[in-house]
Amino acid sequence: MKILVAMSGGVDSSVAAARAVDAGHEVVGVHLALSRMPGTLRTGSRGCCTIEDSRDAHRVAGMLDIPFYVWDFSERFKEDIVDDFIAEYAAGRTPNPCMRCNERIKFAALLDRALALGFDAIATGHYAEVLRDDNGLPELHRGEDLAKDQSYVLGVLSGDQLEHCYFPIGATASKAEVRAEAAERGFSVANKPDSYDICFIPDGDTKAWLADKIPMRPGLIKDAEGETLGEHDGAMTYTIGQRKGLGIQKPAADGQPRFVTGLDPASNTVTVGSRSDLAVSHLTGIRTTWAGPAPTDIGNEPATAIDCEVQIRAHSDPVPARAWLGDYISEAPEHEVNPIVDEVEVPAARPAGQLMHIDVDEELSGVAPGQTMVIYRGTRVLGQATIDVTAKDRLGV
Amino acid sequence: MPAEVLDVYTAELSRRANPSALHAVGQAARMRIETAREDIARGVGAATSSEVIFTSGGTEADNFALKGLYLARNNSTFDAPVRPRVLTTTIEHHAILDSVEWLGSQGAEIVYLDVDDEGYLDLDAALIELRRDPERTALISIMAANNEIGTLQPIAEIGAAAKELGIPFHIDAVQALGQIPLNFAELGATAMSITAHKIGGPVGIGALLLDRGAAPAPILHGGGQERGVRSGTLDVAGAVAFAKAVELATSDIETRTARFSFLRDRLIAGIEDTIPNATLSGRRGGGRLPANAHFTFSGCEGDSLLFGLDARGLATSTGSACSAGVSRPSHVLLACGMEEDVARSAQRFSLGHDSTEEEVDRLLAVLPEVVEQAHQAGMVSATPRWMQGAS
Repeated sequence: MKILVAMSGGVDSSVAAARAVDAGHEVVGVHLALSRMPGTLRTGSRGCCTIEDSRDAHRVAGMLDIPFYVWDFSERFKEDIVDDFIAEYAAGRTPNPCMRCNERIKFAALLDRALALGFDAIATGHYAEVLRDDNGLPELHRGEDLAKDQSYVLGVLSGDQLEHCYFPIGATASKAEVRAEAAERGFSVANKPDSYDICFIPDGDTKAWLADKIPMRPGLIKDAEGETLGEHDGAMTYTIGQRKGLGIQKPAADGQPRFVTGLDPASNTVTVGSRSDLAVSHLTGIRTTWAGPAPTDIGNEPATAIDCEVQIRAHSDPVPARAWLGDYISEAPEHEVNPIVDEVEVPAARPAGQLMHIDVDEELSGVAPGQTMVIYRGTRVLGQATIDVTAKDRLGV
Repeated sequence: MPAEVLDVYTAELSRRANPSALHAVGQAARMRIETAREDIARGVGAATSSEVIFTSGGTEADNFALKGLYLARNNSTFDAPVRPRVLTTTIEHHAILDSVEWLGSQGAEIVYLDVDDEGYLDLDAALIELRRDPERTALISIMAANNEIGTLQPIAEIGAAAKELGIPFHIDAVQALGQIPLNFAELGATAMSITAHKIGGPVGIGALLLDRGAAPAPILHGGGQERGVRSGTLDVAGAVAFAKAVELATSDIETRTARFSFLRDRLIAGIEDTIPNATLSGRRGGGRLPANAHFTFSGCEGDSLLFGLDARGLATSTGSACSAGVSRPSHVLLACGMEEDVARSAQRFSLGHDSTEEEVDRLLAVLPEVVEQAHQAGMVSATPRWMQGAS
């Protein structure tokens, strides 16, 4: 096959490229330039997006003797990822930019271009596997190394996209093995540190970065009863479940720590409460997508829910859940705010797409609108939706 | 590198040579470098060989000219400049633009001169700016020909006016050398940058032609070589190879120009005949560099075109590559008034001394398919098909 490997300059995509070559494919490497003003040298724990990273990728491609290009996706990245990240925070939600990059850049804009230029698939260094069902259709599964598994951030891919995805290191037992292989192959990136931070926030200080982008308005910190406990310098930089940095002088009556339980950009209020106030048992998601064919047995009522597991963060544990579908919303006006509510109620305006309802057996904590919920069955990703509303109590029986 | 250049280059590399040494070996090296200097002076029409100041290349020559002349006009200080104005165009190479921007950060007043949609200097406006405040003007710098779209600039007219007003005039002739006749003495310029690798010489050597009457502040301090304005042990091998390349590129410039122009016009006509969405950038005929053809291909990313051509063994460029190796929409094309998407669809075809008619025809044969594919791939600004219908 003709394979385009997206090479960040990290160890995973380097080994992925090498394995694609070894498998006998015709391989071309491409480094995506995602920043208009790339830094010269890597800083902090970022693993991509500087000129040094681009050079690392180029070096590996040279050792593999494959053509290598740097393609400029910086405009797209700014519009679809960075601006969206800011807008989501401004609306009081917590976005996942890596996921959105997969959805809009790597497996959309880049995949489009690759297919048009005659490639059959895109390969990346993600820890996930594409397996085939009995009908030969692609299924997305967790990577072999569960500690590194990245199926969550790929959960947004459709069957059409998965058809053209190739994850050469997904079946590797551990990251250590990937590093050892990189060292054996003589790649200078074998010991390059993993990246954890958001690539476009160089120093990892999301709050300060956002404060620079979103006009900060001081407002009040209140408890669930509406009593004012303190002041904040801008609601957008708080996240649900946050405990540190609240700056509340008055201790809680029960002496327990307080957590952010709600953000309301409209009234510019941060609501705090106890740990138990964070617990939710129901999630409503919007913009549902399926990683391959939708399950045939899922219906539109709690009674026709399917058993599955839901995962709400890239590295949180999946919890047993029941999922069923809600209305399909065809109108797509922008909604400004999604306050956390105690009962499920559909805001007047939401993005187009199918709703997904999830009841969980064990309570989840610190769930923020904007986060993605990915549902699994075993190792297989079934699909995902963007969390819009959460509720304390289960909606089904 | 042409064989004759390679021969003198490698022969010189095998010799010991510090031309500043006083022993016989050093003096022999001095002889060879002075011969090289004379050959280069002759090739570019400099009055004497002492007007050739060797540098490490075009970028250093540009930086030296701008910063050195600016300081010389301002009592060797950035404080309270008496002549703060620096005039240049919006389509210069980054070696110029970034240097003047830096001068701006040190207190200079930068006046950017506009170009028309073919990248040609607005001469009337430029002359008005030049005459506006000569007493407060440090220098003017204009490229002889644009490196991306090949438009030749009215340097003789600027030179005449600058001379009359007593304003130092710097020409960036890096791209023009070997493609059009250059006569430093007749151009009215104070300084002119050239470099070897653009004409088949080695990378790492260039020169600033510098009028005998000019005394720019040195940027590199040290042993006082090169009239005391550019210190550093001289690269004899680079200099003799550079001289040979200049000789080859300028000795029969009319024939060379005619051959390049023939290939270029064949290429341009061929592209215009076969590719409906191709638009030539810059000027036609005598107004453009003979070895330059530059097109925009509406609806195609330059990256995609480059990929398709490279895969077929044809080396082209899109935009101007920055240090990350990524092409951004070219500042030259944007200065010509192009929309960003149009500027992104650019592809530059440069002819070399060894380019042939067959190569041009091979390019023309594969280009329709490459353009079609790139068109399918679409613009990066378009919504990916996976996203269509999504919010």
